Amino acid sequence: MITGPALLLALMEGAVGAAVLALTALGLSLVFGVMRVINIAHGEFVMLGAIIVWWCSAELLGAHPALGFLLALVMAPVVVGLIAMAADWLVLRRINYDPERTIVATMGLLYVIQQSVLMTYGPDARPIEPPVYFRIQLPWFGYSGYKLIVIALALLLLGITWLILSKSRIGLYMRATRLDAETAQAFGVPVRRVYASVFALGAMLAAVSGVLIAPIQQAHYLMGADPLLLSFIVVIVGGLGNLRGTLLAAALIGIGEGMIAVLFSPTLAKMIATLLVALVLIARPGGLMRESAP
Amino acid sequence: MSARKTGNPVSLSRRQILAGAGALSGLALAGQFPRSAYAAGDPLKIGLQAHRTGIGAAYGYWYERTSVAAVKVINDMGGIAGRPVELIVEDDATDAKRAGEVMEKFATQHNVDFVFGPLFGHVVGASAARAADLKMPLFIVSEGSELADGQFNRYVFQTGITNVRSQVKAISPFVIGNVGKKVTMIIPDYIFGYNHRDFFTEAAKAEGGEVKAVIAIPPTETSFTKYFSQIPPDTDAIYHVMVGPGVLTFVRELGEFFGTKGPKLFGFIDSLEAVAIASPGLEFLEGSHLWEAFPRYLSGLDTEGAKFYRDAVGLDENGANKDNAKEVSTNSHMFGCWETLFSIKQAVEASGYKGASDRKTFIETVEAITSFAEGKEHPQGEKKFIGKAHQCFGRQFISQVEGGKLKVVHTTSIEDGLYEPKADYTTQAL
Repeated sequence: MITGPALLLALMEGAVGAAVLALTALGLSLVFGVMRVINIAHGEFVMLGAIIVWWCSAELLGAHPALGFLLALVMAPVVVGLIAMAADWLVLRRINYDPERTIVATMGLLYVIQQSVLMTYGPDARPIEPPVYFRIQLPWFGYSGYKLIVIALALLLLGITWLILSKSRIGLYMRATRLDAETAQAFGVPVRRVYASVFALGAMLAAVSGVLIAPIQQAHYLMGADPLLLSFIVVIVGGLGNLRGTLLAAALIGIGEGMIAVLFSPTLAKMIATLLVALVLIARPGGLMRESAP
Repeated sequence: MSARKTGNPVSLSRRQILAGAGALSGLALAGQFPRSAYAAGDPLKIGLQAHRTGIGAAYGYWYERTSVAAVKVINDMGGIAGRPVELIVEDDATDAKRAGEVMEKFATQHNVDFVFGPLFGHVVGASAARAADLKMPLFIVSEGSELADGQFNRYVFQTGITNVRSQVKAISPFVIGNVGKKVTMIIPDYIFGYNHRDFFTEAAKAEGGEVKAVIAIPPTETSFTKYFSQIPPDTDAIYHVMVGPGVLTFVRELGEFFGTKGPKLFGFIDSLEAVAIASPGLEFLEGSHLWEAFPRYLSGLDTEGAKFYRDAVGLDENGANKDNAKEVSTNSHMFGCWETLFSIKQAVEASGYKGASDRKTFIETVEAITSFAEGKEHPQGEKKFIGKAHQCFGRQFISQVEGGKLKVVHTTSIEDGLYEPKADYTTQAL
């Protein structure tokens, strides 16, 4: 039953999943790497992104799905980034970024965001028209053109994030804080502001992936659970806080999951991914890519 | 600034919860207030167990709206046996555990005469079990085939809607004859889907067709393309019955996958209840066939009874709320509430039911019914009622999507969907 076309479809589905997953997981990994905060509310930022694209395309600019989408691509990170900064200032800073307490605090944040959306947006799953709609006809089957655009956009955004982290001053601050917050502070790095902006950047990455995925799936107030779980798997397999490892793991798990889901069954794919986490934790506790720094 | 913005919804929700809790406890107290036993003119109390929240919420909304309309019509007609009807609605959250509590509440706090309304299978099962404990007549409006298979008890009836087994039997000849002989089924991965799989596989074989593959999809799935590679290439018809939020994505991805050259489609309207056929992404359904129990568009069934029913419930000619065209009804299910209430009326009046002590006579009277005539009371059409199995049988409609609307192309007879039910509840003690 494993034929060429099925393999191709599996690869394409896997690539879409991997690209979006890489964005989400990168955000989670960044927050953990720099702040040592395990953000349980990360998936809710993905959901907020999807809700915002629905709002932009269906409510605000009903007639032009592409315009609404472009607007959301700008607005979702801004709005969600602000919410994340507020959460950092209101909650995380007050409890001194203590690792255990932040887990409980972000769990609370998860419920606050979820219930606020339920109260305002409602319990329905709503479809979002893709900004561009075309079908690519392959000899064996057709494929959504939008999904290919998602891969391209996700790669572009990953590239931009990489540039920010490696070339900009704030990127330098982030990397310094990640290596040793106290020393960084001694050298004049505004660590608190770095924390706020890292938390915001992590949330923005999640929001953007929500915007990209929403026209493929639908916007629903409970949609944050899956991306959160997969991101955790990716971050653990890639090595907590290790950005390169995160990207590699996202590609591995995204494509692997897609392939197994198409060729065998989606449940088996989730089982194997979780099993992989356990194996990595046993064999290479530091993740697939080990770095010299802690 | 933004900090305050995020802070606000929290305190607001707390206040709302407090207000809601206050209102709820007030309601509960009012319900517990002792009332004297029935006297002439005292209201007949009927409990509606509604899926107001949870996954069945869209159905729950329309079940309640239809029931309220039916009760108003009944009271305008002079009530049931001269007594006004009081409808008491309780939310079961589409949750099996909650369903048992709701039944309990109806029996002990509200002291209702009858309960009706659960739809989702797992909830129906829980309510049915409690009905026997409480000796409370329960009228399900669920299409579940378990009742006629004898899996419930003598207190459970389905007088307002046909079950899945009968629906599948009725439409199979059309599917095999007009849509395709080599069928791939795409079903939700739980009992409702398995019912479809088992009944259709059997019915298709009898008609000379063949089920090539069955693809069961977990109900929480959000992306479907990955399943489509399992559809055998020689499939010429896809039988789909999906429920849950993913259905629009499902249809769009099916369209992307197959384009214009794919197999033909036959689906159950359950996939698209409360969803506008003209929604973005559903263009791929154009030309495909769907089963309906009650045509959504007025043009599909414009009898006097159907018109009267639609006006009373407040439906426009497209099957949406006449005050808000975006609110599409669950028309192929909710009529069951209307017809159930009128069947209760018929049985109460025929049995001389006065109160809980007459439940035995009431149940025997329902079991003695053999048919319901088409009309304002039964707008969907005539029904045959098999008393020993507690199940009614009616006609079914097959519609084709044409220009983003549903057009009825075939109507089955009651006999097309009739089968010999296994159940005989009359042997059980009351």
